[in-house]
Amino acid sequence: MDPNKLVRMANDIATFFDADTDRAARLAGISGHIKRFWDPRMRLALFRHLDQDAGAGLKDSVIEALTVDRDSLLPKL
Amino acid sequence: MYSNKEPDAGTPVRVSDKLVSLQIDGVEVTVPAGTSVMRAAFDAGVRVPKLCATDHLEAFGSCRLCLVEIEGRRGFPASCTTPAEAGMKVTTQSDKLAKLRRNTMELYISDHPLDCLTCPANGNCELQDMAGVVGLREVRYGTEGENHLVGTKDTSNPYFSFDPTKCIVCSRCVRACEEVQGTFALTVDGRGFQSKIAPGPTDFLDSECVSCGACVQACPTATLMEKSITDLGQPDHSVVTTCAYCGVGCSFRAEMKGSQVVRMVPNKNGQANHGHSCVKGRFAWGYATHPDRLKHPMIRAKITDPWRVVSWEEALTYAASEFRRIQEKHGRGSIGGITSSRCSNEETYLVQKLVRAAFGNNNVDTCARVCHSPTGYGLKATLGESAGTQNFDSVDAADVVVVIGANPTDAHPVFASRMKRRLREGARLIVIDPRRIDLVRQPHVEAEFHLALRPGTNAAILNALAHVIVEEGLAREDYIRERCDLPEFEKWKRFILEPKNSPEALQEATGVPADQVRGAARLYATGGNAAIYYGLGVTEHSQGSTTVMAIANLAMLTGNVGRPGVGVNPLRGQNNVQGSCDMGSFPHELPGYRHVSDLAVRELFSTTWGVPIDPEPGLRIPNMFDAAIDGSFKGLYVQGEDIAQSDPDTQHVTRALSSMECLVVQDIFLNETAKFAHVLLPGSSFLEKDGTFTNAERRISRVRKVMPPLAGYADWQVTVELSKALGYPMHYEHPSQIMDEIAALTPTFTGVSYERLERLGSIQWPCNAKAPEGTPIMHVDAFVRGKGRFVVTEYVPTPERTSRKFPLILTTGRILSQYNVGAQTRRTQNGAWHDADRLELHPQDAENRGIRDGDWVSIRSRAGETALRAKITERMQPGIVYTTFHHPDSGANVVTTDNSDWATNCPEYKVTAVQVTPTTKPSDWQEDFQRFSDTQIALMPQ
Repeated sequence: MDPNKLVRMANDIATFFDADTDRAARLAGISGHIKRFWDPRMRLALFRHLDQDAGAGLKDSVIEALTVDRDSLLPKL
Repeated sequence: MYSNKEPDAGTPVRVSDKLVSLQIDGVEVTVPAGTSVMRAAFDAGVRVPKLCATDHLEAFGSCRLCLVEIEGRRGFPASCTTPAEAGMKVTTQSDKLAKLRRNTMELYISDHPLDCLTCPANGNCELQDMAGVVGLREVRYGTEGENHLVGTKDTSNPYFSFDPTKCIVCSRCVRACEEVQGTFALTVDGRGFQSKIAPGPTDFLDSECVSCGACVQACPTATLMEKSITDLGQPDHSVVTTCAYCGVGCSFRAEMKGSQVVRMVPNKNGQANHGHSCVKGRFAWGYATHPDRLKHPMIRAKITDPWRVVSWEEALTYAASEFRRIQEKHGRGSIGGITSSRCSNEETYLVQKLVRAAFGNNNVDTCARVCHSPTGYGLKATLGESAGTQNFDSVDAADVVVVIGANPTDAHPVFASRMKRRLREGARLIVIDPRRIDLVRQPHVEAEFHLALRPGTNAAILNALAHVIVEEGLAREDYIRERCDLPEFEKWKRFILEPKNSPEALQEATGVPADQVRGAARLYATGGNAAIYYGLGVTEHSQGSTTVMAIANLAMLTGNVGRPGVGVNPLRGQNNVQGSCDMGSFPHELPGYRHVSDLAVRELFSTTWGVPIDPEPGLRIPNMFDAAIDGSFKGLYVQGEDIAQSDPDTQHVTRALSSMECLVVQDIFLNETAKFAHVLLPGSSFLEKDGTFTNAERRISRVRKVMPPLAGYADWQVTVELSKALGYPMHYEHPSQIMDEIAALTPTFTGVSYERLERLGSIQWPCNAKAPEGTPIMHVDAFVRGKGRFVVTEYVPTPERTSRKFPLILTTGRILSQYNVGAQTRRTQNGAWHDADRLELHPQDAENRGIRDGDWVSIRSRAGETALRAKITERMQPGIVYTTFHHPDSGANVVTTDNSDWATNCPEYKVTAVQVTPTTKPSDWQEDFQRFSDTQIALMPQ
């Protein structure tokens, strides 16, 4: 999966949830959306990008959400 | 006229709490106050002769045939225009009445061609019937004097003719055009003996007529006559079924001769359309038997190979073996399926079942991905259910109508007529649209506010409207306190009151003057029952889901959810897009919008289907394309969709399709997607199968088979056979059994069965123990999710920006006579109105570029380039251009980008930065497309 596209998609999701003033709700919103709507290979590719390229291009809130919710977001293979 | 199988009560039904009792020919009858004597007589079993009266038009009282005697009254009043009164004693038949009627009929017939035996209306002609009913035995007046027996027949319309020599000037056609359709295209030209019906100073084809067929249906003679009846004769039976075009879901009677359709007539008992139709449903059904129909399964190893006609068994075995081979090589998730919003509920249910049970993954999606997926997301998040809140009838109780990002007169014409009728009655209209759509101003309808916003700023406008309502104290605090989540509301209220959301702050972005927004907000909040209707101009944006939630916020804020006349009403694009979503076509949801991660739901399906259900969401259509290019997605089963033409960024889509190892396309035609396929499975049209469609108001209606499938199988049978070939046999003898399974597994469908549909005509889900006859209006006492949830809807400008290189914004849509990718309508005579897509642009933009009307122009975006002919119109704002995507060689989606809604990946079709310049030749893409298309057609069996 094209990491640039995944980064853009994840950032778009974060832009919506970033409007929430509550940090926990913001992060849960980002993680929850990715978990509920992204196929496992997309999530894996996003984590690969996070791990290998330090999440280049990702918004801070996405990196934070992926870090906090890593276990639940990574698909069980 | 109505099908001769349908009785006509003469005047419209009246609804009143007050009842009046009267006697008709000695029979006591009780009717609602306001009912005509003619209709009261009908209720008493008495048919009063009539010509100018019909029960879908208001009484006119011109033909003088329905005269009656009323005790205590002088003269012979027309029963159609005389209201029934308590104690009235009416006589409908007497020697005097008989003589009067015979005299009247004699005058009519004296100026009418007596060619009954060769007349197309023979056997279904009200004039002929009435001559018989009144006992006309002679005509004493010759034809020597002035008459109307010579005239020129207008055959300009492709579907019906107008023969003035047969016209009795009853004005039913004129009134139908006004009252039912609301177009006012017809008029009575001249006075007295010179009176004649005319479509203005031109012929029908070039007139304002929209070919809805209401006039033809209303005509009591052969004056306005379907050409199919002229060619084929009168039908011998009819079958009630549901139209396969837009999301209005009109009920029709397919009038048949054996297994040949003679005409489609809107069903007056249809609960979505109440006897009205549009040019597509009424006339554009010829595609079903078009020579282009695929009739044999075909396979090939590579898309450069010629197609080989094979048996069904060989095609299905090959497809199954390829899918299994791919899964063994690339993994379980390397294949998927796409369900069709043009197919039935039962068929979409089976495709998603095949993907989940036989493929073993959740890689299933549907074309709602590219249209109303944000509706599903946004309404579920705020109100608790992924569907519109109202029935269509609800508009009759609306005081304020808001139309945002929709063009109902083109895309949902039958509902638009209903809406226009309410607007003519006095409801007030707000239109929010970059274009001056027809509703903004047309005969007897004018928007009080037209907020002509810049494309991509819907969320900003809706936030500004909400800001005004809260700031000016117009919110329904009592409603919110009782029905909504208060902490969420308070959070949202703080957000919406921020100065950045004021109309003044946003007017630079939206282009809409603040005072206009304030005026519209006040009207919406204080004008009485206010209903919002929206379409793809809302959803097909990078903020599509946000905008849907902003609409729900606005409705909750003003207490406009939960009763007739209000609500949030998505106007669905395709006939069964609501149904395909209901049936679990999304990769994250099982039928009934239940997430695949829900263990209890998975167990329910696992137990019934006998296989485990994958708990992880699958790929959405755009993700499938990305995964295909990436190499992890290699096989796809596409039923009744044309993703190569309909989806954005065509080059990306075709690259993905070209990388497939096995693409199986099941369709009625060799569509653009099929040109990339390895297996072709002939599909069946809506006339060839049983099933159900669910329209935009959640109404489940029966689709009934009127002819055998041209290729031998209905679509649901093909899926069953494919599943069997994959080693997962499904056991259904009839679609009713599939619906029984859906009902057993889906709480909102528990009460739905073919037996109940037969009894009730149609059912709006939820239909279960709590609502055994369905739910016309949702969220009546409480929201489905419990407390309504206000969601913060920050306006975020689209990343698609204009620049010096791309200074214009392109937005796309559809028009009345064509439908989506045009696969159906292009194979009818609707091309008479629209034979090619055009680029609409404002005169100023045209002049700046030296473009004249009809010139070829190049449209270039960051994604690609195409060329179309220009149409210069003031409907467009300067800076904004528009086109449709009904013709594949237009390449509208070559230009659109891969920007999409943040929540659902619904593509942003409505905002593409482009440059438009004069050109003399097709674009490179168009030349490549033509070569590829010609090659593919040459590979078909000759």
